[in-house]
Amino acid sequence: MQGLGAFALITLGVLLQKINVAPNVLRPRFRQEVARSGVALLPMFGFVALGLGFLVVGQTVAALAKVGAIRYLGTTMVIVVVRELGPLLAAMLVLARVGTANVIELGTARALGEVEALEALGIDPVHYLIVPRVVGMALGVFSLTVYLILGALGSGYLFAFLQDVPLTPGDYFRQITEALSWLDFALLALKTVAFGFFIAIVTCYHGLAQPLRLEEVSRVAVRAVTQGVVVCVFIDALFILLYLLA
Amino acid sequence: MSDIPRIPVIEMFGVSVAALRGSGAVTVTDVHWSVAPGEFWVVAGPEHSGKSDLLMLAAGLTSPVAGRSQLFGRDLSDLGGGDPAARRRAGFVFQGGHLFNRLTVAENVALPLQYGRNLSPAEAAPEVQELLELLELAPLAEVLPARLAPHWRQRAALARALILRPELLLLDNPLSGLGARQAQWWLRFLDRLADGEGLPGGLPGGRPMTLVVAADDLRPWRHSRRQYSLLRDRRFIPLGGWSGVESAADPVVKELLAIPLETTL
Repeated sequence: MQGLGAFALITLGVLLQKINVAPNVLRPRFRQEVARSGVALLPMFGFVALGLGFLVVGQTVAALAKVGAIRYLGTTMVIVVVRELGPLLAAMLVLARVGTANVIELGTARALGEVEALEALGIDPVHYLIVPRVVGMALGVFSLTVYLILGALGSGYLFAFLQDVPLTPGDYFRQITEALSWLDFALLALKTVAFGFFIAIVTCYHGLAQPLRLEEVSRVAVRAVTQGVVVCVFIDALFILLYLLA
Repeated sequence: MSDIPRIPVIEMFGVSVAALRGSGAVTVTDVHWSVAPGEFWVVAGPEHSGKSDLLMLAAGLTSPVAGRSQLFGRDLSDLGGGDPAARRRAGFVFQGGHLFNRLTVAENVALPLQYGRNLSPAEAAPEVQELLELLELAPLAEVLPARLAPHWRQRAALARALILRPELLLLDNPLSGLGARQAQWWLRFLDRLADGEGLPGGLPGGRPMTLVVAADDLRPWRHSRRQYSLLRDRRFIPLGGWSGVESAADPVVKELLAIPLETTL
């Protein structure tokens, strides 16, 4: 854990210090990573948003309508979808799809001596390999969460509408917007950026920080994903404290 | 040439070298070594005698366990991360190349140039193309390393190290696995680099290129102007010129020259 903390601090230091170093090389790297951790995952997120909307949102709306508690709809949706399920699900999906690829790519690069080659050429491996991944994932988890929430809320209403729940779209979205506070927006942004940052740190650390042999890469990938899940749940718990304090 | 200060390119005082891979055990101890600008050194030794570890330490890629090591007159601890410009004065060709597998040959060669001088791919292209043509790699420019034959991979790694026009070039067992024709090409090309003719335009300031080569077979490296040293039993033994190699009574030297040993049973 100590090594992980040190790695996070080093990465943050390099990110801030070398913000103007070799932008002509780094800018395309940032674009690649945002595409990889964000844009490329959009179809999957569309599918998951539909599922989440039909299964969770739609059923909740129908159940609340049945017991006459439809006026609690806004609060329920904000707590379930906006604060908890949306960000955590987005983080888990990015961890599974891109985080594992990170460990394997970096672990293989390390085992094949590419990291030493970067150092020998005067290229900082943290700057070239890690910083773009961290930025890409932080932006990726943030934007994908926003899309996931919007998609789930939209498709959820569609499901409720198909079940003849007496609720106009105007009422539905008004309830939700009334239940949202500025804190939800601020903490959603902070939380998703933190998820992305730490998923990238955990997966890159395991891929890069120790000298690996090729046969160790798959074992390390499993460990990194487990640790990624634990770290995300911890961050989530920290944010619940913030909500309770506010 | 006389106005160039003769600061040693590499200087080691009582250095102990740790193995990069594995247990971190010390592979060579108490190395005292000075490499002057323009010299061509061949560090010979059997497999696993610590040649690669010594070369990586000389290039400033690892730190000594004990003693002091200097590159271009500066302590290696000063070079650590803080001064990549100084690091770029030393080129390193790894055994097997260690090319970046996700980049094409041309991208591999362009990357250090682009990063060091903040160039776009188009700005770096003319210089990269010139070097690829010089090393006969131009037809393979768009190929990924995994699709290259090992000797071309090694040559691409040489191009990648040379694109920064280093004053010091360290090569880890460059002839390993090469056929006779390829080996001849390498020996000729390295000689031309040592003579300051290999690269068009030469090095900045007309400096000579210093070369250090690790080898596990001494036979191809016979040349009157080279300096030789031997790694055995964790010791670094300077042998001087070729005459020193020939007159050395050390059985390991004879092995590296493939001279049959008299067996006493």
